[in-house]
Amino acid sequence: MGKTVSEHTVPYVQVLDENGKVTDKELLPNLTDDQLREMMKRMVFTRILDQRAIKLTRQGRLGFYAPVAGQEASMIGSEFATDKEDFVVPGYRDLPQCVYHGYPLYKLFLYSRGHQEGGRVPEDVNVMMPQIIIGAQIVQTAGIALGYKLKGEKHIAITYTGDGGTSQGDFYEGMNFAGAYKAPAVFFVQNNQYAISVPREKQTAAETLAQKAIAAGIPGVQVDGMDILGVYAAVKQAVDRARAGEGPTLIEAVTFRYGPHTMSGDDPTRYRTKETEATWEKRDPLVRFRTYLTEKGLWSDDEEQQVIEAAKDTINEALKQADNAEKMKVEDLIDAMFEEPTTALKRQRAEITGEGAN
Amino acid sequence: MAQMTMIQAITHALDLELARDEKVLLFGEDVGNNGGVFRATEGLQKKYGEDRVFDTPLAESGIIGLANGLAVQGFRPVPEIQFFGFVFEAFDQIASQIARLRYRSGGRFHAPVTIRSPFGGGVRTPELHSDSLEGLFLQSPGVKVVIPSTPYDAKGLLLSAIRDNDPVIFLEHMRLYRSFRQEVPEEEYTIPLGKANVVREGKDVTIVTYGAMVGVSQKAADQWAKDKGLQAEVIDLRTISPIDIETITASIEKTGRAIVVQEAQRSAGAGAEIVAQINENAIFHLEAPVLRVSPPDTVYPFGLIEDEWLPTQQAVLAALNKVVSL
Repeated sequence: MGKTVSEHTVPYVQVLDENGKVTDKELLPNLTDDQLREMMKRMVFTRILDQRAIKLTRQGRLGFYAPVAGQEASMIGSEFATDKEDFVVPGYRDLPQCVYHGYPLYKLFLYSRGHQEGGRVPEDVNVMMPQIIIGAQIVQTAGIALGYKLKGEKHIAITYTGDGGTSQGDFYEGMNFAGAYKAPAVFFVQNNQYAISVPREKQTAAETLAQKAIAAGIPGVQVDGMDILGVYAAVKQAVDRARAGEGPTLIEAVTFRYGPHTMSGDDPTRYRTKETEATWEKRDPLVRFRTYLTEKGLWSDDEEQQVIEAAKDTINEALKQADNAEKMKVEDLIDAMFEEPTTALKRQRAEITGEGAN
Repeated sequence: MAQMTMIQAITHALDLELARDEKVLLFGEDVGNNGGVFRATEGLQKKYGEDRVFDTPLAESGIIGLANGLAVQGFRPVPEIQFFGFVFEAFDQIASQIARLRYRSGGRFHAPVTIRSPFGGGVRTPELHSDSLEGLFLQSPGVKVVIPSTPYDAKGLLLSAIRDNDPVIFLEHMRLYRSFRQEVPEEEYTIPLGKANVVREGKDVTIVTYGAMVGVSQKAADQWAKDKGLQAEVIDLRTISPIDIETITASIEKTGRAIVVQEAQRSAGAGAEIVAQINENAIFHLEAPVLRVSPPDTVYPFGLIEDEWLPTQQAVLAALNKVVSL
């Protein structure tokens, strides 16, 4: 062996342990009591939304849905570290981050059903519609982040993928582009242990997913993804770095999805054991944070019950709004292909509507 | 008016658009300091700076994904795929991402992206450089495909493409880059996308073609006139997605016969689509089946037998003779 030309480390971040005790005071984020309570409310809402969405999917009232329970700390904590002007570029599971970044809930229900209105993000909301192709959003995020840099705006773009997404070429291409341009991007990987059925250890020989940053020349950090304060601390630091012009960061949040990959027929009992699930449930992000907040006198069962009831109302309202959306037509689809439909599309439209072309 | 080659006309068009609209960005592999492997972007980085004209890491999906993100941010990206044979690497970002952005976002975002790329045979490139892959994008809803055949057209079409608010794939035939010069006005002018050009009038057969095959077809038509006294009308499509079927139909109403000439392999590409559209729109004006002139359905044979594989003037003449004998 010759001399060592380069050495790297991957830091691990955890603020609260499984019992809700602070493990690293240095990393404890500077958040107000209201902000801490808001984080808890959002996690509770997300858990209720997930339970409801699963039921609605089984009833045929939603289309595509990927359950999120278990990942609340990763999702809510990471989005909480961004500003409204920052861009959120989600994968298909990342609906909670979209909601809290301003994406109306009823539109996400419409998105789930395949309604075009579900992708029409309001003008003042910087969210992309959830991405289906694994990893495709990573290179796009490099572009969105570079756009902020070229415009001289101090905003950042954060994007999400799972452990499987880190195997895609686009994952590396996106990190590498952002690194080369020092684009203000945060690449957030939710390592929920399974890419559908393939466990993390069969996904890659890499010891951590965070170390994949090293090849792109950017910092990689692993965080306890069941610890909302740890997630917030890691992402906030990455966001601050990006805003300061220091370039992108990769964050691997080690987490777990309790449910199936999606509601389209996946059966987790085929590829993981009850014991594994029980181990992860002991680390539950809501239980952990609830303990922490309760001990600080910031949370109570009553308050949680109120949040749950309010969540149910909010979800029902959004469902009603989605149900009342105007039915989508094939002509709408044709009209959305180009700014001005081509002659061929005008003809095809006329064939469908029975009206004369032009 | 200046005499320009196609590559000069392209550089000139890019220069004009960079000057006119600060949202226009040029990027790709080697396009900056080096000015592109064909020098299409020569001098532009020096003139407009590294924020406007820049080199990318070597990754095609990354290049088009970057364009997608920049488009979301309000820029008008003009990314270059160094050779079109490399487009498979970027296929998802073109067909599944950029082409669907307007639809997926219900119009909130759109992709005014012009993807430039050299392609086309007869110039002895290595494998997967010359391939005519344009047909793949005819079945990709949401993108336009433009292929100029002259320096004049290249400038006018490229200006239209960059100003278009939807994604355009702009393919530049390598053999045409420096094969001839033409008078190209210094000032701005645009040629509408989706409109074909009748480059030679005739009454006996319609030749529908595009790209480098326009020149081959014109020469064949001239030779045919000399040999047989018959006049072929030559239509340069300029844009193959969408196809200007109105111009084709009007010509067939006059000639009653047609052949389609393409450099791409035969099956399921632009030629097949043209024949299908003729069938739908002009069959009662036809006196014979529409014939296709193209290479066979094989991989592109880089190197040794390129010239035998590519459609020749003789092949076009043979099809003309055949279609009038049917």
